[in-house]
Amino acid sequence: MERKKRSIWVFGDYRNYFQNRVTLQLISRANDLAKIIGAEVCVTVFGHDTDEWVGEYIAHGAMKVYVCDHPDLKFYSNDVYITLMERLVRRYEPEILLVGATTFGREFAPRLAKRLKTGLTADCIGLDINEDGILIQTAPAFGGNLLTKIVTPERRPQMATVRPGTFQEIPHNYHATGEIVPVPLPEDLPKDRIRLISSERQPSREQKLEDAAVVVCGGRGMGSRKKFKNLYELARVLGGEVGATRPVVYSKWAEDETLVGQADKHIKPKVLFSFGISGAIQHTAGIKDAGFIIAVNKNPNAVMMKMADVAIVADAGQVCTALIRELKKRIRS
Amino acid sequence: MRAGDTTKMLKMIVCIKQVPMVSELPWDPKTGVLTRDAAEGMMNPACKSALEAALRLKEEHNGQITAITMGPPMAMEVLHEALAMGADRCLMLSDPKMAGADTQVTSFTLARAIEIFCSDYDLILCGCHTSDSETAQVGPQIAEELDIPSAAYVENLSVKGKTIRIERIADHFLETLEMDLPGLVTVTTGHFTPRYIPIGGLQDAFGEPNILTVGAHDLSLDENTIGLKGSPTKILEVFSSTAGKKNVVLTGAPKKIVEELFKRFDDTIGSVIRKDLKAVK
Repeated sequence: MERKKRSIWVFGDYRNYFQNRVTLQLISRANDLAKIIGAEVCVTVFGHDTDEWVGEYIAHGAMKVYVCDHPDLKFYSNDVYITLMERLVRRYEPEILLVGATTFGREFAPRLAKRLKTGLTADCIGLDINEDGILIQTAPAFGGNLLTKIVTPERRPQMATVRPGTFQEIPHNYHATGEIVPVPLPEDLPKDRIRLISSERQPSREQKLEDAAVVVCGGRGMGSRKKFKNLYELARVLGGEVGATRPVVYSKWAEDETLVGQADKHIKPKVLFSFGISGAIQHTAGIKDAGFIIAVNKNPNAVMMKMADVAIVADAGQVCTALIRELKKRIRS
Repeated sequence: MRAGDTTKMLKMIVCIKQVPMVSELPWDPKTGVLTRDAAEGMMNPACKSALEAALRLKEEHNGQITAITMGPPMAMEVLHEALAMGADRCLMLSDPKMAGADTQVTSFTLARAIEIFCSDYDLILCGCHTSDSETAQVGPQIAEELDIPSAAYVENLSVKGKTIRIERIADHFLETLEMDLPGLVTVTTGHFTPRYIPIGGLQDAFGEPNILTVGAHDLSLDENTIGLKGSPTKILEVFSSTAGKKNVVLTGAPKKIVEELFKRFDDTIGSVIRKDLKAVK
């Protein structure tokens, strides 16, 4: 029997394309890994009228795209997509399968991995190949305080989900050519056990905090509702957004929309100011993708202070006031 | 509906997990598995919200709740808490052979226990996410193992007959879905703020707790298919993510601290806010 060419696959997740370029980012990383193990980068696209996405994926580095295009696939469906993907994987046996950690991907990937009886690592922030050609998956745990390196040594494909924004996409090249492999819609697909009743786009302002380059987060250590309001002034001067911990929102010092945490908003600012936050895991899980962290707390041993690039041991309210004053002086010049 | 008519009851299973209360933990450097018995535990917040969702459905539909956990003996605490909150009975999966399981094997083990001890369910509820390993995979994988539909990150839900209506935020869309029962949902902490434990509940929990403890043998599971041995993923290494941080500590009067901060990091901050933050000469 002819030996199959090694391949790395990316699940083409195109819903909300303009907010979410995770598929392109994964194609880029898959190209890096493919060079090391001598594999081709393949993308799967399931849906209807998908030509645009197929073209984009090829322009961004896909060498082969498996396309199942049919009116019945107009809406995303876990039951249908998992069955389609399972059959393709069994037929072509990719080494690695990467899925974006979108809401859909987070449900699709675990069920698919279960059906394929293989391992899956969630929310990888690093993907590398070791000397044995095995995928090393680096994933956060405990609110980002710990990182773990995980492998799936025997089962295939090695599966991982990756959050949007983790890798950089390759700039597009519309002269790139890739092979398009049409996949006929199987006749025996399962009936969808979930029906979509309605779907409404969330107002876009919801995204502001999650996408802000600068976030000023405050906790109970700000002392009072009045002092907490100063953080809004600091955020305004910095051109950033305000985030809050759960106790602050419960105390009505800040609006519900500002809540940053594990089951709430996940933020990824380049610079994060953290005022009077001790660093409970429910909060730190929401800031694990933050870049440069400046934390202010009276307690130098707080978890948040250990996570920071700069730990300022002082009263959070006073430092906030001093920062606003100093920034206004400097920015005016 | 006739009281005691269990055929018309809404039968629910809530899967809960005990997670460590602290964020800095000892782990076994050899296996990379966390030594859970070294830290004080609590019920994972999202699991508690799942239990709250089940309790509200129970009040509305004459339901019955079975809480299940898998973990070391100390994880029994979360089952006592579940009983105190209003769960009717509990199932505890505990066996050294089950330790070190990844999500594939955890969901396999839980699904086998559900099939053996409470196969007559309408709805399974899980937390959307745990605060320790944070994979969000076990819920959907239990559903796949049992071949039932699932919906993750559920904000709100209501049951009508043999279907469940679900509201959730999925990839920036507010979705309303209808799912056939039996099915599985994973619940966020957004809508279902857990209740305080009623006084009567404490007596239920500690009087004669309705908790059944089972091990690998009771589930007829081969030890090669469970725990660390049966897991397709292996942990190579666990390390602190803050190791690479410089962690500069600044102390003193706020005004001096702020001056020092800008002296050292004006470029770091300035490049992000796109302003020149050099001191005014």
